[in-house]
Amino acid sequence: MPEDPNAIDFPGARAPDRQRQVDTSGVRLAVYEWGAPDAPPVILVHGGFDFARTFDVFAPLIADGGYRVVSFDHRGHGDSEHAALYSWVADERDLLAVVNSTSPQPCPAIGHSKGGSMLVHLIQALPHRFTRFVAIDGLPFRKPPPDVAERERVEPMRDELTGWLDHRRRAAELSRKPGTIDGLAERRARMNPRLSKAWLRYLVRHGARQDADGFRWKIDPTLRMGGIGPWRSRWASDRLPGLPVPMLAIFCTVQEPMGWGVDPADIEPYMPPDSRIEVMEDTGHFIHIERPERTAELCLEFLREGP
Amino acid sequence: MIEELVHARVRLALHRLRDGEGTALLFLHGLGERSPQRLDRRYDAWPGPVAALDFTGHGASTVPSGGGYTAEILMADADVALGRLGCATVVGRGLGGYVALMLAGARPEQVRGAIILDGPGLAGGGTGTTSPFVPVVDRTALAPPDPFALADLATDIRPPDYASLYARLASQFSQLARPVSVCARERASWLQAVTAEAGVEETTLEEALAYYARRR
Repeated sequence: MPEDPNAIDFPGARAPDRQRQVDTSGVRLAVYEWGAPDAPPVILVHGGFDFARTFDVFAPLIADGGYRVVSFDHRGHGDSEHAALYSWVADERDLLAVVNSTSPQPCPAIGHSKGGSMLVHLIQALPHRFTRFVAIDGLPFRKPPPDVAERERVEPMRDELTGWLDHRRRAAELSRKPGTIDGLAERRARMNPRLSKAWLRYLVRHGARQDADGFRWKIDPTLRMGGIGPWRSRWASDRLPGLPVPMLAIFCTVQEPMGWGVDPADIEPYMPPDSRIEVMEDTGHFIHIERPERTAELCLEFLREGP
Repeated sequence: MIEELVHARVRLALHRLRDGEGTALLFLHGLGERSPQRLDRRYDAWPGPVAALDFTGHGASTVPSGGGYTAEILMADADVALGRLGCATVVGRGLGGYVALMLAGARPEQVRGAIILDGPGLAGGGTGTTSPFVPVVDRTALAPPDPFALADLATDIRPPDYASLYARLASQFSQLARPVSVCARERASWLQAVTAEAGVEETTLEEALAYYARRR
């Protein structure tokens, strides 16, 4: 008898109070809300290869602080539609569609990892739509590359390109590998080595679907970690001093596979004047999952300081 | 004749303009354009088959929902066509010229020369230092071309050193001494940088076609 995923629970996890859909940009997005519908909204944005229900512990803590927390699954992630095309700009347009569906007034926003990085750009493109910003290990930064020989730059790029194009040629036939709940949790543990098995099993409940031959992660199989393109984190850090809203940046100290590998000391010179850095000791990239209460406390304190 | 190719969830139209033996000529249109029904007389001397690809969101190819276009995904479109043709000399107008360069770097054994011509979308969205901007698209605009393609690919970032890397890959791994020919007059920043690379030559379309025809 296969295990019933609906029986998997996690202490402190709370399902969203409401769910809805947004398709303003042409792709159906799954949107989730925690907290009173008439409370002031806060936008919460997940990272790459994640999904909104990974906020099931963190989001209720913010909601209980008196906010309407609105999150969504990025296209191709969680319960949102799989798209033909994916790009940074498409993700930002989707995010803007969710913000616009939430309130005509500017909102505060919290972003984890890629979600933070998307917000840095979107807030600078549309300063009138946002009031405050929390980045949870969500500011990319890379030191300038060392002066390496030409061959050392060109050859890795060749391998990346060949791998990516081969993947695209096969993309129509790809599907996620089926497995048991524990099997999927173990696979996820490779990317999330610091998170408990109980939590990873809870993620399978919401991040996977049950097919005849087993459970599969819902994420679009055409998506691939890494990717190619011209994007440089320097563009984000160079512009960071001009961020038009107050910012709280929360960093971790333990690096892991899905993290950015950012040292707060490196990014500090780029922080805008109206910003604050908090560093969580002995914590990995998923700060809000490892330390939900402390992260929520910092966020609520920051949100209450201003509009 | 139109041959349908599959690239993930998109059906691409590959227009078989002329049959023949040996290395094909693959023509890539510019931003917002579609494949021509036939190529002009300058291409008459090409000794092999001739094909033209409609990029995603253009011509007879799928117009998908929700945008998300990048030059890299169009390179993958062209690579699916290259996979079908085996090997090809790739000629691109504007945006198609940038894609031809990328493909020459990414598949240096299969691309037997890339020719960059003037055309819509050559410059893209600059070098990366432009102000943050998220184009919002009128989904009711007539398509094809997909209005998302026009918005996304006119703001697509093309840093000169990024484009140069493709030229270097082509130069380093192609069997041709001159894998890239620049026949465009417009000099976008990325093209300025590419033109300075080894294995890249500024010339005319006629000369470039003759050069690659002799080495096919």
